[in-house]
Amino acid sequence: MSSVGLLIILALYMLILFYIAYWAEKRDHSRWTNNPYIYSLSLAVYCTAWTYYGSIGVAANSGLGYLPIYLGPIIIIPTWMIILKKIIRISRVNKISSIADFISLRYGNDRFLGALVTIVCISGIVPYIALQLKSISDTFHIVTKTESSSNIFYDTTTYACIALALFASYYGTRYVDASEKRRGIVTAVAMESILKLVFFLIIGIYVTYFVFDGFDDIYAKASVLENFDKKNSVGGLTGGINWFFLCILSMFAIFLLPRQFHTSIVENNKETHIRTAMWLFPLYLLLFNIFVFPIAWGGNILFQGKGLNSDTYSLLIPQFFNNNALTVLVFLGGFSAAISMIIVSSIALATMLSNNLLIPYGFVGSLQNKSQEKNNKRIIRSRKIGIFLLIILAYAIYRIFILDYSLVSIGLVSFVVIAQLAPAFFGALFWRRGSNKGAITGILVGFGICCYTLLAPYALGITDSTSLFIQEGPWGIELLKPFQLFGLDYLQPIPHALFWSLFFNVMCFAAVSVSFRGNYRERNYAEMFVDIDKYITNHEDAFVWKGTAYVSDIERVLQRFLGEERTKRALSIFNLKYNIDKNVATADARFIKFAENLLTGHIGTASAKILIASVVKEDEISLPEVLRILEESKENIIINKKLTDTSNELQKISEQLKVANEELVKKDIQKDEFLDTVTHELRTPITAIRAASEILHDDEDVPFEVRKQFLQNIISESDRLNRLIDKILDLEKFETGKQKIYLSRNNIALTVEKTLASVKQLINNKKIQVSFEDAGKEIRAFYDEERIIQVIHNLLSNAIKFSSETNGLISIQITENESNVAVTIHNNGKGIKHEDFEAIFDKFYQSRNQNVKKPIGSGLGLAICKQIIEHHKGAIWAENNVKEGATFVFTLPNYNTTENN
Amino acid sequence: MSSHYPTTTQQKTTKRMKKILIVDDEPNIVMALEYTFKKNNFEVFIARDGKEALEILEKQLPDVIILDVMMPMVDGYATLEEIKKDDRLSHCKVIFLSAKNKEKDIEKGLELGANLYVVKPFSTKKLVEQVHDLIEN
Repeated sequence: MSSVGLLIILALYMLILFYIAYWAEKRDHSRWTNNPYIYSLSLAVYCTAWTYYGSIGVAANSGLGYLPIYLGPIIIIPTWMIILKKIIRISRVNKISSIADFISLRYGNDRFLGALVTIVCISGIVPYIALQLKSISDTFHIVTKTESSSNIFYDTTTYACIALALFASYYGTRYVDASEKRRGIVTAVAMESILKLVFFLIIGIYVTYFVFDGFDDIYAKASVLENFDKKNSVGGLTGGINWFFLCILSMFAIFLLPRQFHTSIVENNKETHIRTAMWLFPLYLLLFNIFVFPIAWGGNILFQGKGLNSDTYSLLIPQFFNNNALTVLVFLGGFSAAISMIIVSSIALATMLSNNLLIPYGFVGSLQNKSQEKNNKRIIRSRKIGIFLLIILAYAIYRIFILDYSLVSIGLVSFVVIAQLAPAFFGALFWRRGSNKGAITGILVGFGICCYTLLAPYALGITDSTSLFIQEGPWGIELLKPFQLFGLDYLQPIPHALFWSLFFNVMCFAAVSVSFRGNYRERNYAEMFVDIDKYITNHEDAFVWKGTAYVSDIERVLQRFLGEERTKRALSIFNLKYNIDKNVATADARFIKFAENLLTGHIGTASAKILIASVVKEDEISLPEVLRILEESKENIIINKKLTDTSNELQKISEQLKVANEELVKKDIQKDEFLDTVTHELRTPITAIRAASEILHDDEDVPFEVRKQFLQNIISESDRLNRLIDKILDLEKFETGKQKIYLSRNNIALTVEKTLASVKQLINNKKIQVSFEDAGKEIRAFYDEERIIQVIHNLLSNAIKFSSETNGLISIQITENESNVAVTIHNNGKGIKHEDFEAIFDKFYQSRNQNVKKPIGSGLGLAICKQIIEHHKGAIWAENNVKEGATFVFTLPNYNTTENN
Repeated sequence: MSSHYPTTTQQKTTKRMKKILIVDDEPNIVMALEYTFKKNNFEVFIARDGKEALEILEKQLPDVIILDVMMPMVDGYATLEEIKKDDRLSHCKVIFLSAKNKEKDIEKGLELGANLYVVKPFSTKKLVEQVHDLIEN
């Protein structure tokens, strides 16, 4: 394979990745880019060239020693549901964009701590990037069968590295707000994760089943090689303890590595994605590791005695069999593994560099005075330059320092350095007493020990035991031997360094935190971190701050970074959330925190604090006071919740009361109307009686006929009055359920006839025709005859009153079905309007419009009929099925309604 | 009906007989009113509801109209509104007669332009006096 050819393939590959990143950026919120699988696969950036090549090297040389790095994460992942969720919540709420922000915010939003964490990360990760570049270079040379040139300008990897740096710096800084999601990069990384796994599996299958005849075959051939058994055991107690420490190391790494923090926390869109990651990621790790053993020992078998670099067996084997395509494929897999690590790490580091070193210690002051565009350009530019420089620095380190070490050893050194953040990091989540001074002391001490026991020996190239320094310690002090500090001699260098550095780190962290209490700001954040679940909905409430601040001042600062429109929008959201009048001029603690959060994404927590602090005046506040306020706010949150619940309940009850009240008001009005009409009705006959009586009393000369007439009026009006009172009482009894009806089987046709007879005179007076075809029949129904006579009488009276004057006709029909009997009474003449069909059965029916209309008859008749019929479990209604006139129908049951059917 | 009722012949020649229109749908009340006013030398016209009343008013110009409120078809209020629209009837005095005695009803009646509102049950003697008072002014 020629260099140029391989470069072209690489270029094509990069182009495809570029396109995927670009395409993913365009697709907003689509399920393709926002799903849990992309998230989970992006976490596989954990597996770098180290996994791809280095594991094989370790497996070939020291057996199962490659496993702990993957066991650690697998063991700790079950805790993700609690721990990772907590970290994600804290980060989301505070707009944290890196681990430096996280730690520095927790310990009082201190810029020094942020800077320290940044330096630790850079020291740890840049060598790691260097080793990725080394792997790319080495494998490139193997595939193209060229030598690496000592002149960097002739070395192709130089140019590949520059191209990579440009790509990363362009794509990593699309957004100024570092806490915004980078869909493009994440999708590209997820794609690469799939590719590297697939290619690795392909080479694994190739070696196992094509070069050899399966796992058994490899095992059989390998077991005859020397040291096979020794290499493939854990190695006794010492080996076990080494394994233990390596597991711990990788457990920490999965949380603390900047690239892991970035993909698992900063780029997380939804907490529920964690659930998918919790099974997908371990599965990925397991799949990756299936074929490490076969490839390693396959290589050992094939190349025994040749002294080749076992890291690269996966390339050498297919090359040995002249399988060019497969070789290139393997190379591309390793290349993917390397560049995804490089890109994500350099972005994460550059964000830290800019937000925690350059801006807070550099140009934060000048950001205050410039416009939004200038500021954002500057920030982006600083990040771009950061990414570019870091990658170039890593390349330089690779050329100068790491020419000879194995991938694994550099990787592990990197892990140990990062692990120095563990006490402060996990303390941040669980230990309220952890203080700023404690964290700084711990990290400094741990890092110092790291340097002494690892970084210095490696950098100086004196890791082998021939060096005097290693053998006898500095100035001959045996206890200070870098690889056997204080006499601890049964650990390998890496676990050894880890042990001592963490030991002193934790001791100092705990001791200093306990002895020197943090200030109130630290305590505040301690509460907000450890109890994030309590504060999550209104986390601004949990921020304690006292002093004078004006909204307009803070607004101005915000506009320098967010621009006018976004600032306005953010403010209105804030005001809505806390129900604050937008005209309030002073800013409270919540607003301060809110504003700090908005700036954090752009310039980091420390710089945000500095900027906001520069425009407000904070009062001193003692620690006891802070604790008191926090207690209060905790109580407030509980009370608030209770209040909200109670208020919701009250709302419900108040709704119910309103409905009930409306009912009562309606009933009240109805009662008033009823009373009105009743008194009017009662007064009418009284008026006639009184007038007639007065005349008879005052006038002596009333003629005999007239006097008789008047006396007759008095009698009939008195009767009328009496009947009316009866009807009212009747109705009242029906309505209150006090009325008794006596049901029995009767002949309805006969009842109708009886009633007809009683109104015969009225019918004849008006010369009305009556048609009753069912007269004489026997039709049984179940009713109280007296009451039903009352009903029929009422209906007939109405019919008589309203039938046509000239040729009045009343017709009555009876029909039956299985359960009841229906009586229909129709009169020609005046009909009933459709809209009045129901209203006429109301007491003292009044029609819909406002004009006061006189009710039909007394107005009570139909109301009483309705009550009577309904008490019989029947129904009564009006119809208009004939062209002119009115039709009334009522039904009665034909079965015994008192018996239970 | 009017043939049953006596009239004093002296008053016939000296003054013009006052005319009164009684509008009420209760026949017994109408009977009492009719007797009373004929006894007091009024020419009595009778209508049973607003519609009939308006028909009579097209031909006659009574001095007083006694108007019941609760009537079928066209009630007293509507009738009064119609009367008020007619310029010919501008000098007719209108007396509302109603069992509705609430303040708001009385106010409504007077606002519509009635000259008097009399609540049922009423005294016939008093009513005659009130009518005379109204006419004399």
